[in-house]
Amino acid sequence: MWRNSRRGWGWPVIVMHWLSALAIFGLFALGWWMTSLGYYDPWYKLGPWWHKSVGISLFALTVLRLIWRHLQITPQAHGTRNEQRAAFVGHVLLYVLLLLIMASGYLISTADGRGISVFGLFEVPALITGLKDQATLAGDVHWYASCGLVILSLGHAAVALKHHLLDEQDTLRRMIWPLR
Amino acid sequence: MNKTSFLGQSLVAGVMAASLPLMAGQAQASDYTIDTEGQHAFVQFKVSHLGYSYILGEFKEFSGDFSYDEGKPEASSVNVKVDVDSLDSAHAERDKHLKSADFLDVSQYPTATFASTGFKTTGDGAGKLTGDLTLHGKTQPITIDVDHIGGGEDPWGGYRQGFEGTTTLKLADYGIDTSKLGPTAATVDLYLVIEGIRQ
Repeated sequence: MWRNSRRGWGWPVIVMHWLSALAIFGLFALGWWMTSLGYYDPWYKLGPWWHKSVGISLFALTVLRLIWRHLQITPQAHGTRNEQRAAFVGHVLLYVLLLLIMASGYLISTADGRGISVFGLFEVPALITGLKDQATLAGDVHWYASCGLVILSLGHAAVALKHHLLDEQDTLRRMIWPLR
Repeated sequence: MNKTSFLGQSLVAGVMAASLPLMAGQAQASDYTIDTEGQHAFVQFKVSHLGYSYILGEFKEFSGDFSYDEGKPEASSVNVKVDVDSLDSAHAERDKHLKSADFLDVSQYPTATFASTGFKTTGDGAGKLTGDLTLHGKTQPITIDVDHIGGGEDPWGGYRQGFEGTTTLKLADYGIDTSKLGPTAATVDLYLVIEGIRQ
């Protein structure tokens, strides 16, 4: 039940997948909403505090997820050869966008050398600071990559539903419950 | 007045008197370039924070020149170009927000310019400099209270003049909406220190 098999995913993969999905859509909505808030809004400071804390946590989870995936076998992909290739490229792109968003988000907040507090428990130090227009450029990357990730994730979900409903494969089911 | 500055003034008067015949042969006004290479010039701003305190910041990159004649200051003129993108308030996230489309919209309006239209002396080295300020794509006439700080030969073979100036801008005049920042942030004070090297 822990390890992946040729037929399905183990519990760690399933839990990390849905936690990531929840965090990604939550962070996207929060990020969009909080940047529209007026200065006197009570959430003006609280929004970014949650966004950064959850974002750094998601990064830690993603690193763990990638390591775990590397150590485990990958279940057989469904569909035709071209569908399998497209799925591989799509999944790699999901990870690339995710890492790009996290790197750019980190570069916004650390642009002047400040660290990022994670739930007030500890601080992630700034490593790269003072690049020309760092916060603004990183902010642009953060926004466009986030839009790209959300659109790609919706496509990811749509294709999963297509496998489930039209092809009657267990693509979606095996991401919900481990199959032996 | 203490003795030293009295002596200083007499000295300046003496030197000026001695150099009068020399100056008569020169062009009346001299052209100066703002010393941005040695950065002896500053464009700083101050905005109220909640009405409780201030945010201080500056524009780090700008260039300009002025023409100045000590004997005829009314003929002075100034032109300055400010790179709005160089705004620095010592907090990158705030700078990013101030430079965004919410306020200065730097990608759309990367430069601010000031071109003087007149100068009136009010005595004792002070005066009122009028001119057109273009900021956020809008041009408005402004008046800067100017003080001549000093001028003369520098230790490296050049000749310098220095001024300081203050003015207050109403940001709504430039189409910048500060309503979300509260009523105390509607205006911004500018403090300018400009040192020019004679060309």
